[in-house]
Amino acid sequence: MTPPFSALEFGIVVAMFAVVTVLGFMATRWNRAASLASVEEWGLGGRRFGTWVTWFLLGGDLYTAYTFVAVPALLFGTGATGFFAVPYTIAVFPLVMFAAARMWSVCHEHGYATAADFVRGRHGSALLSLLVAITGIVATIPYIALQLTGIKAIVEVMGIGGDWPLWIAFIALAAYTWTSGLRAPALIAFVKDILIYLVVLIAIIYVPYKLGGYDVIFHRADTALTAKKLSTLLSGPQYLGYSTLALGSALALFLYPHAVTGVLATKNRNVVKKNMSLLPAYSLMLGFIALLGYMALAAHVKPVGGTAKAPDTNTIVPLLFNSEFPHWFAAIAFGAIAIGALVPAAIMGISAANTFARDIYRPYFRPGASDREEGLVSQIVSVILKLGAVAVIVGLKLSFAIEFQLIGGVIVIEILPPVVLGLYTRWYHRWALVAGWVVGMGLSIYMLWVTPSKTAAHFGSASFAFSTWGFHTKMTIWTGIVGVLANLIVATALTPLLARLPRGRDETSPADYEEAEAQPMPLGPGQARGSV
Amino acid sequence: MTDHTRPRRRRNPVVLLLLLPLVAVLVPEIYNRASPSIGGMPFFYWYQLAWVGGVAVCAAIVYRATRSTR
Repeated sequence: MTPPFSALEFGIVVAMFAVVTVLGFMATRWNRAASLASVEEWGLGGRRFGTWVTWFLLGGDLYTAYTFVAVPALLFGTGATGFFAVPYTIAVFPLVMFAAARMWSVCHEHGYATAADFVRGRHGSALLSLLVAITGIVATIPYIALQLTGIKAIVEVMGIGGDWPLWIAFIALAAYTWTSGLRAPALIAFVKDILIYLVVLIAIIYVPYKLGGYDVIFHRADTALTAKKLSTLLSGPQYLGYSTLALGSALALFLYPHAVTGVLATKNRNVVKKNMSLLPAYSLMLGFIALLGYMALAAHVKPVGGTAKAPDTNTIVPLLFNSEFPHWFAAIAFGAIAIGALVPAAIMGISAANTFARDIYRPYFRPGASDREEGLVSQIVSVILKLGAVAVIVGLKLSFAIEFQLIGGVIVIEILPPVVLGLYTRWYHRWALVAGWVVGMGLSIYMLWVTPSKTAAHFGSASFAFSTWGFHTKMTIWTGIVGVLANLIVATALTPLLARLPRGRDETSPADYEEAEAQPMPLGPGQARGSV
Repeated sequence: MTDHTRPRRRRNPVVLLLLLPLVAVLVPEIYNRASPSIGGMPFFYWYQLAWVGGVAVCAAIVYRATRSTR
C-alpha cells in the first residue's frame, strides 16, 4: 500500500532541494576563474581541488544514490550476495592507488582531460582512443538514468503520482551545471554527504533499537530469506561469483569517465593517493546502509511501486524510514537521498560530455575547434544527456535502465588494457589492443545475451552460469572478468605477431608518470586566492 | 617537460601491504560463517566491515611511505 501524501515531508524535501539549487548556481563564483568557457575550467574545475573537496566530490561521485537504495534492496531480495558491495569498495583502493596517481601525473603533464585523451597520446591510435571514448559514454548513460531511481523511489513513498518531480529536478540540475560546471556538484557534495552521514548514523542506531537489536534483525532476516531458499551466508557455489563480482566491479570503477574526472580535477598527485586512504569511510557507511535491507526484512516492509507481480524493491529503504522515523526526520533522509542522486548525475553528465567534446567532436567533426567551442559542446551535450536520461526513465521501463547499468561494468572493464596497462608499459601494440577490445567485448556481450532472468530471455544478469556451457555446477562468474581475460590474452598473443606493423607514436616519456617537480599550475590574476 | 633522466625508482616494499586487504576480502572461504558474532552481527558481516578500517590503515601507511615530500 502506498503511504499517504504528507505536506510536512513534501515541504521539507522541497526546501532542501531549493537550498541545493541556489548553491549550485553560487558555485560559479567559487574558486573563480577568468572564464569557465573551456573543458579545463567548466569540466575539470580548473584542476584545483584539494584533499577535502576531492573526498566529498569522489565520495559523492562513486557512492551514488542508486547505491544507497539498490544495495539494501539487493540484500533484501537476495541475502548475503548483496553484501559484495563491501569487499568491492574495499578492494578498489589498493587496486587503483598507484594507477590513479600515475594517471594524474601523465594527464597533468600533457593536459589530458579524459582516459581517451591519454590513450591517443600514449598509443598513438585514433581508433583505440575512439573505442575508449565510446565505451565510456555508453557505460555512463544508463548510470545517469539510474540516478533517477533514487528520486523516483522517494517520490513514490511520499505519495506523489506522476513524473513531474523528476523533470523539475533534472531541469534545475541541467541549468546550474550549465553555468557552474564541475564546481556545482563539488559544492553540493558537501551538503549531501553531511546529510547522508547524519541520517545513516542515526538510522543504524535508532532502527535496531526499535527492532530489538542486531541479533533480532539477523534472526528475522534469516527466517525470511530461508523461506525463499536464500540465506544470510553464502553457499559454496556462490563463492566465485561473489569474489569475481567484487574484484571486477573494483577494477571497473575507476575506468568510468566520472571517476577519471574526479581524479583529474585534483590539484596534485598526493591528493589522489591520500584520498585512497580517506574514501573507505564511505565504504563503512555503505556497509551499514546495506544492512538496512535486513532491517527492512525484519520490520516486514512490503515494497511498493513497480508492478503487482514485481514491486519496486528500491522503495524498501524509504519505506523503512517512513515507518520507523517521525515524518520530519524521514523527510530529511528523503531529501538527502534525492540530493545524493544529483551529485553523481551531474558529474557523470559532465564527464561523458567532456569525452564527447574532446575525443569525438574535436577529432571527427571540427579538428580546428577552439577551447571555447569545445567547452560549449560539452555544456550542450551534458544537458542533452540529463534530459535524455529522464526521457528514458519516463518513456521506457525502469528495469531497462537497471539491466543496462548491470552491464555497464562489464562493458567499461574492456578498456582496462589500453588505459591501465598503458600506464605501466608500452609493450602492447595498438592493433593488438584494438583486437583484444573487439574479442573481449564480443565475448562479454554474447555471454550477457545468453543469460536469462526471471522476466527476460536476454541480458538477465552479469553473473554468468557455467551450466550454460554444459558444466554440471551451480557456480557463476562475473561476466566482465571472463571478457577482460579474453581481451588480455588476445592483446598479449597478437603483440609479437604484429611487430611488423608500424607502432603508434608515444608522446609521453617515462618521467611523465612519476612524481613531477614541484611546479604548480600557472595561476592567472585572482586565481590564487581561495584555493581549498 | 623535464629533460634530465632520473634513476629508476625502486619500489618501496611497504607497497606490498596493499595485498593484505585484497586477499582478506576477496576470498570468501576465510569469512563465510556466522560465528563468532559480535552484538548479534554474524562474523561474515562484521569481519568485512572491519576490513574497511583495515584498508584505510594500510592505504594510509603506504601513502605516508611513498608520498612526494616536495
